[in-house]
Amino acid sequence: MLEIQGINAFYGQAQVLQDISFQVGAGEVVALLGRNGAGKSTTMKTLMGMVNSTAGDIRFQGTPIKALPTHRICQMGLGYVPEDRRIFSDLTVLENLEVGKQKPRDGAPVWEAEKLFELFPNLKERKNNAGGQMSGGEQQMLSIARTLMGNPRAILLDEPSEGIAPVIVEQMAKTIQALKKEGLAVLLSEQNLHFAKLVSDRAVIIEKGEVRYQGTIRELEEKPEIRDAYLAV
Amino acid sequence: MGFYLAQFLTGLASASSLFLVASGLSIIFGVTRIVNFAHGSFFMLGAYLAYTFVQILPQGIFGFWGAILVASLAVGLIGVLIEMTLFRRIYRAPELFQLVATFGVVLVIQDLTLWLWGPEDQFGPRAPGLEGAVRIMGEPIPEYDILLIFFGPAVLLGIWLLFNKTRWGTLVRAATQDREMVGALGVNQSWLFTSVFFVGSFLAGLGGAIQLPREAANLLMDLNVIGEAFVVVVIGGMGSVPGAFLASVLIGELNAFGILIFPEITLVLAFLVMAVVLVVRPWGLLGRPDVVLRGSAGPAEGPLQPFTSTARLVLFGGLVLLLAAPLILGDFEIVLLTDVLIFILFAVSLHLIMGPGGMVSFGHAAYFGLGAYGAALAVKYLGVNMLGGMVLAPVAAGLGALVFGWFCVRLSGVYLAMLTLAAAQITWSVAFQWQDVTGGDDGILGVWPAEWVSGKAAYYYVTLTLVGCGLFFIRRLIFSPFGFSLRAGRDSPLRVEAIGINLKTQQWIGFVVAGLFAGLAGGLYVYSKGSVFPDELAISRSVDGLVMVLLGGIQSLIGPIVGAVSFIVLEDLVTRLDYWRIIFGSIILFIVIVAPEGLAGFARRFLPQKLAGRDLMGGGGA
Ligand SMILES: Nc1ncnc2c1ncn2[C@@H]1O[C@H](COP(=O)(O)OP(=O)(O)O)[C@@H](O)[C@H]1O
Ligand SMILES: [Mg+2]
Repeated sequence: MLEIQGINAFYGQAQVLQDISFQVGAGEVVALLGRNGAGKSTTMKTLMGMVNSTAGDIRFQGTPIKALPTHRICQMGLGYVPEDRRIFSDLTVLENLEVGKQKPRDGAPVWEAEKLFELFPNLKERKNNAGGQMSGGEQQMLSIARTLMGNPRAILLDEPSEGIAPVIVEQMAKTIQALKKEGLAVLLSEQNLHFAKLVSDRAVIIEKGEVRYQGTIRELEEKPEIRDAYLAV
Repeated sequence: MGFYLAQFLTGLASASSLFLVASGLSIIFGVTRIVNFAHGSFFMLGAYLAYTFVQILPQGIFGFWGAILVASLAVGLIGVLIEMTLFRRIYRAPELFQLVATFGVVLVIQDLTLWLWGPEDQFGPRAPGLEGAVRIMGEPIPEYDILLIFFGPAVLLGIWLLFNKTRWGTLVRAATQDREMVGALGVNQSWLFTSVFFVGSFLAGLGGAIQLPREAANLLMDLNVIGEAFVVVVIGGMGSVPGAFLASVLIGELNAFGILIFPEITLVLAFLVMAVVLVVRPWGLLGRPDVVLRGSAGPAEGPLQPFTSTARLVLFGGLVLLLAAPLILGDFEIVLLTDVLIFILFAVSLHLIMGPGGMVSFGHAAYFGLGAYGAALAVKYLGVNMLGGMVLAPVAAGLGALVFGWFCVRLSGVYLAMLTLAAAQITWSVAFQWQDVTGGDDGILGVWPAEWVSGKAAYYYVTLTLVGCGLFFIRRLIFSPFGFSLRAGRDSPLRVEAIGINLKTQQWIGFVVAGLFAGLAGGLYVYSKGSVFPDELAISRSVDGLVMVLLGGIQSLIGPIVGAVSFIVLEDLVTRLDYWRIIFGSIILFIVIVAPEGLAGFARRFLPQKLAGRDLMGGGGA
C-alpha cells in the first residue's frame, strides 16, 4: 500500500531524516515509534508532501507520489491527521467535516457524517458547535472524522493518544480497530508502546531521524532493551 | 433636520460603493494574506469598463445594468489573470515583496488605462429610470442614491450566503484559518485562491462600475479609493466582511458630516479614526486578534561584521571618486548625484526600522515630507536661513516620528504597516488640504540654499557631507548595544523583554532616529529643488522607499544604498519616456519574480563573494 524507500528531510540546513525506509501493507496497522523529536511527525509530513525529500522514493499503491502536491496525494486516498489536530476553530463540527469531504473511492470504505457519528457519538451532540469550543479529545475525534470524510484507503495518525483523557484513549483504540476492520491501512505515531501495542501489527522505531528497529509488536514486547533504548517510558 | 437626513443618506450611498471595494480587499487578504494595492486599480477598471460597455450595449435599463455586470465580470477575470501569472509566485514571499509587487501592478494598470481611455475624465450616463430625485423631508435625494443604499446591504447578504451556505464558502473560511491543512484534506489551494481572487476583484469592479453615474471615471480613482479601502478594512478588522460593512458606513457618514464641520480636514478624519481604532482595538472592530503575520525579515541574516580591510579600501576608493565627481561631471550629472545621495539617506533610514528594527513601514514618506515641509514653512513664515532650515527639517520629522512612533510600536506586522500608512496619509492630507498654510497642491516655492552653496557643486558637497555623516551614524548605531537589542527584539521579542529590555522603547527610539534622518533627507531635498509639493508625502513616495530597500535587498546596509542608486538612475532614465509607469512597473515585477533577494543578493548569488560587496558593509548584518 505505502512504500517508503530511503527518504530524507531537511528544515533549512538541519537534516532531520536520513535514509528512512519501511512499508505499510494493505489493511495493516503500523506503529511509528520514537521519542519526542525523533522525526515521526516529519516523516508523516514528508509522506504528505508538506516537507520535501531530496532523496529516495515514496509509492502509494505502486504510484510514485513524492513529487506531487499535498492535495493530489490526499486525493489519491492517503488521509492525514496532524498531531496538533488543526481543527478549523471558526467552523462548526459539520462544516469541518464538509471541508474533508471527497468523492467515494473504489475499494475504500465510504464515510458520511451519519456513519461517523456512530463511530464518534460525542460529535453528534455537538455538530453545530464551533470546533474551537470542543475539548482536546473531541477535537482529536473530529480531526480523524474530518480526514475519514475523504474516504481514504490509508490514513496517517500522528500521536492520536497525546494529551487526551484515559477513557478517550480507550475509545480511540477501539476506533482504530474499527478502521482496520473496514480495511484501512493505518500508520500511527506514538512515543510509547502502551497505546501502540493495543492496536498495531508491526512497529518501526526511529531515533534521531533514522530507523533503528522494525518488527512485529509481539517481537518488540520480548525485547525490553530496545524499548528502553528508544522509547519513552 | 431634513438637510441632515439628506446628508446621512448621501453618506450611506457612498458607503455602499466603498463597502464593495473594501469587502473584496478583505476577502482576498483573509485567504491569501496579500495586502493588495492593485485592488484600487480594479475599482478604477470597473468604472472605465462600465463606461465603455454602456456605450456598446443597447441603451435602456438592461443595457445599463448589463454593462455594469459585464464590466465587473471582466474585472474579475483580469484579477484571475494577474493572480495566476503573478501573485501565485509570491504567496510565500515576505510582505514587503508582495506589497511592492502589487504596487508594480498599480503602475502598469495606470498606464494601460491612460493608453486605452486617454487622460480626460469619462462621464458615464445616469442610470435609466433613476435619473430623478425624490424629496424626503423637503430635501431632494437622487433616486440612484436610494438604490445604492439598498445595494450595499444586499451585497453583504449575498456574500454572507456565499460564505456560509456553500461548500466553496466553507472551504474559503477554512483556508482563512489554515491553508496548509485545507490542502492536506485534498483541496487544491491554487484553485481556491484563484477563485477568491475572482470574487474579490469582481467586487472591486462592481464597486467602480456602480460609482460611474455618481463620479466620472478618472485616473486618480485607484489610489484615492485604495487609501479609503485600507482604512475601512483595518477599522472593520482584516478579513471580516461584516466589519468592512460597519466601517464603510462609519467612514461614509464621517465624510458626509465631516465636510460640514471641518471642511479643511475631511481627508484626515478617516485616517484619524483608523489610528484611534488601531490603538484602542488593534485588530479592528470585528476582526480577531489572532491574525498574526510573518515579520518582514525573510531569510535569516548573518551576524554583524565590522569592515574588513578590503571593504575599507573599496570604501575609501568610492569616497575619493565621490569627492572628485564635480571635477569630472557636468552640472546635470551632479544634480542627479545629489538626488542619489539624498535618497540613499532616505532608503537607509527606512532600512533601519525595517531591517534591524523588523517594522514594516508603508509610510516613511511622512518623515521625508515633514522634513521638507518643516524647512519650507520655516523659510516662508519665519524667514530662517538655510542653516536654520537644515536644523528644523530633521527636528520636524523627528517630532512627527516621536508622535506617530509612539502609536505604531504598539502594533506589529500588517497592522503596524497600516498605521504607518495612516500616519503618512494624515500628513499628506494636511499638506494637500490646508491650503492657507501649506499652499495645498501648489506647494511652497522659493526655498533656495544660501549664497555660498548656491552652486551645484557646492550643494553637492554639503549633501555628501551630511549624508556621509548620516550613514556613518546609522551604521554605528546598528553595531551599538542599542542596535543589537533592536535586532534581538525583532527575532525574539519575548526573550528580549525577559532580560529586562523595554522593547517598545527601543523600537520607538529606532523609529525616531529613522524619522530624523528621513527628515534630514527631506531638508536636503527641498533646498536642492527650491520647492516642495504634497507628492513628497504621498503613498507613491513611501513606495519609492520600499522599492529602493527591496531593490537592494533588506539583509544588509549596502542593500538600500544599491537600491537607491539603481532606483534614482532608473527613474531618471525611464520618466523621460511616455508611459514610464508601465516600464517602471514591469521592472518592479520582473525584479520581484526573478531576484526576490534584491539586487545586492542577486549579485551575491552570481558574482564571486569579494566582488559582490558582501564584505563591504559587513555581510549579512548591518
Ligand atoms: N518546522 C520545523 N523547523 C525546524 N525544525 C523542526 C521543525 N519541526 C521539527 N523540527 C525538528 O525536527 C526534529 C524532528 O521533529 P518531529 O518530526 O516533530 O519529531 P517527533 O514528531 O518525532 O516528535 C526535531 O529535532 C525538531 O526540533
Ligand atoms: Mg511529533
